[in-house]
Amino acid sequence: MPTITKIRKGFDIRLIGEAEKTIKELETNRYALKPTDFIGVFPKLLIKEGDEVKAGSPVFFDKYRDNIVFTSPVSGKISEIRRGAKRVLLEIIINADPDISYIDFEKANPNDLTRELIIENMLKSGVWPLIRQRPYSVIADPADNPKAIFISAFDTSPLAPDNDLIVHGQGEIFQTGLDAIAKLTSGKVHLNLKADNPSSRVFSKSKNVQINEFTGPHPAGNISVQIQNIDPINKGDIIWYLYPQDVLTIGRLFIEGKFDASRMVALTGSEILKTKYYKTHIGASIEGMIEDNVTDIKKRFISGNVLTGSKIESTGFVGFYDSQVTVIPEGDHYEFLGWGLPNCNKFSFYRSFCSWMTPNKKFRIDTNINGGVRAFVMTGQFEKVFPMNIYPMQLIKAVLIEDIDLMENLGIYEVDEEDFALCEFISTSKIEIQSIIRKGLDLMRKEMS
Amino acid sequence: MKALRNFLDKIKPQFEKGEKFGIFGSTFEAFESFLFVSDKVTSKGSHIRDNIDMKRTMSVVVIALVPALLFGMWNVGYQHFLSLGEQADFWATFWFGFLKVFPIIVVCYVVGLGIEFAFAQMRGHEVNEGFLVTGMIIPLILPPETPLWMVAVATAFAVIIGKEVFGGTGMNILNPALTARAFLFFAYPSNMSGDKVWIAEKADAFSGATPLGDALVGNIDKIPSPLEMIIGNIPGSIGETSVIAILIGAFILLYTGVGSWRIMFSVITGGLVMGWIFNLCAVNEYMQIPAWEHLIMGGFAFGAIFMATDPVTASQTNKGKFIYGFFIGLLAVLIRVVNPAYPEGMMLAILFMNVFAPLIDHYVIEANIKKRLKRAKKLINI
Repeated sequence: MPTITKIRKGFDIRLIGEAEKTIKELETNRYALKPTDFIGVFPKLLIKEGDEVKAGSPVFFDKYRDNIVFTSPVSGKISEIRRGAKRVLLEIIINADPDISYIDFEKANPNDLTRELIIENMLKSGVWPLIRQRPYSVIADPADNPKAIFISAFDTSPLAPDNDLIVHGQGEIFQTGLDAIAKLTSGKVHLNLKADNPSSRVFSKSKNVQINEFTGPHPAGNISVQIQNIDPINKGDIIWYLYPQDVLTIGRLFIEGKFDASRMVALTGSEILKTKYYKTHIGASIEGMIEDNVTDIKKRFISGNVLTGSKIESTGFVGFYDSQVTVIPEGDHYEFLGWGLPNCNKFSFYRSFCSWMTPNKKFRIDTNINGGVRAFVMTGQFEKVFPMNIYPMQLIKAVLIEDIDLMENLGIYEVDEEDFALCEFISTSKIEIQSIIRKGLDLMRKEMS
Repeated sequence: MKALRNFLDKIKPQFEKGEKFGIFGSTFEAFESFLFVSDKVTSKGSHIRDNIDMKRTMSVVVIALVPALLFGMWNVGYQHFLSLGEQADFWATFWFGFLKVFPIIVVCYVVGLGIEFAFAQMRGHEVNEGFLVTGMIIPLILPPETPLWMVAVATAFAVIIGKEVFGGTGMNILNPALTARAFLFFAYPSNMSGDKVWIAEKADAFSGATPLGDALVGNIDKIPSPLEMIIGNIPGSIGETSVIAILIGAFILLYTGVGSWRIMFSVITGGLVMGWIFNLCAVNEYMQIPAWEHLIMGGFAFGAIFMATDPVTASQTNKGKFIYGFFIGLLAVLIRVVNPAYPEGMMLAILFMNVFAPLIDHYVIEANIKKRLKRAKKLINI
């Protein structure tokens, strides 16, 4: 029997617009790689506009770690290279062929390969960036030997896609992926499942891994929470982590010998008329998903979930690590005495709104900040949604004063910005906590290298 | 509402920096955001935010203070007519108290908010709502006979020296409302203690001492009955006398989660423990009074519910809150019973523990750090 860990602190944000469990093939020929998805990567282009690429052709590499190559998820023609302020590389847009042609990589059973060969295969095919490391949440360094690898098989964030549906019927591919991953560490591979409802057999029958079960509200599905309960990070430790769809991609690399960047993306949010799952590839344009399928008010399009996702245009692309698109109303309107009324139709973590009396009601929440930025005043609130043995407010303050020693002592290595998303959501003082933590992580990484 | 919004939109540009009314920018923003929740949307981090904000949080506290305030107004009138030996109906009683208390509140808000607005403009940030609560608490912890000019001076002292010099709301070390009271207590002692000040325009012959005043000088038999102290129809500071009104406030604070139950619980525990210790080694009558009676005497209840729980000046860690609260309760009763100079110990106990709160937090956090280091060391030893 796997051990069940009960997460008591946390909070589920009840939004309207969960994806219906229907799957549709997405019709689009526009895909993009966004170097901004990769934390700490300085992209150096290997192609130029007009070049033809195959799925698996190198597109750019990281200047600081040149063995980490990013390859095209589809075959086609590089139609545009978009840059932003100071010539920052934003998007490399690919016009895809109707039929994808692939670069051939070696087919092999990972159990027969050495660790070096597996890493080499993953690096040159471009699947390596799917594996990230804690601390810092950057792409894993192939030269490291992590003390464990974590796979979170369930997502507790708002309107999260259902991984059971995504992996359905792909048991063999998933197992091959796990076999390859198991070779990467001398420690254990942890596959973390949700204990509340029976997980897909693809997960529960997995071999070559240690299965752990978790129960509780968000952020029980966050990697950091799971790591702290099973194998906490101490200074100097490295843990690698990835998600079920990434395991499938790695599995397909070894079974089929190609970089098959297939990905299931859940289209969610209150402004979507028909929510569903789309079968597509990494970096797909969302145009095909939202066409004739959204309400006609002003909206925000998010690649990822509402807590940690990134804002994209209506013609934008799904991020490299995202398997969800959320569309919610933009909240740029004034509200008369909005702070003072009882407001039973407003969602809140706090009981000063009477919406807590309807615990099953789902809400349509817009992007308004609902207040003004203030100094820290209230205390003891973050702790209610932060299920780790860390003092969140003190850590945030340590980052603000850039005290390296204090940050280290208070556990900066164990957290990621996503762990603070709920704190940011419930913050009475409307403080941008996620970007503060990201700044802290970047600072630590710079100091430690 | 649309017309009001349009009007605000029309005059808004004049309050921008460098424009005609630029120096009132923060003031305009404060009034605008009071009327309308701003249209600002999230730009980074989480795309959605909770509907809570500082205004709502602070209004909850103000609402929680209202029962104590209303009862205080009535009681000021009641004590006045009682001392004169006259009978007055409910509304006449309340009206007398209202006329005594309302000016204090107005002076307090005008002086305090004026300074807050000026500092917000100087620092170029939005006006903080913290003073809405402070401005309501200060009148409630003053004797009804406090001269208005003293209220003004004390409020100014509390806001400037107690809060703004440290950087404003959220940065202060001492509870601003208690800073105001402590300032008056030490600067104008004759107006803040003794038996002359607790009843407005009282007849000279009438005693007018508070229960604590009586207890300290040994008049234990003159202490009102527990029932009277719970209802609160006794002399005292405006808002502190009625335990029932305070408990209604406590319920609001706990129900909404704005006030910390940890602090309230541990202050009460601390007070009881000290009371019991005195009972055990009692050498005078004051030490013999039942421990629980300390909870309903003087400002203990008001302090425990509304002042010790100020999140900025209390301990910020959950464990620290228990320690912080416990010592407030303990010290308050200790000072009351043992120190002949101070009939009431709550103010000094809270201020004292405000100063120690960062130290308590330091050790709580240090324990967390040690645990983390120990975990790392254990692995190395294996």
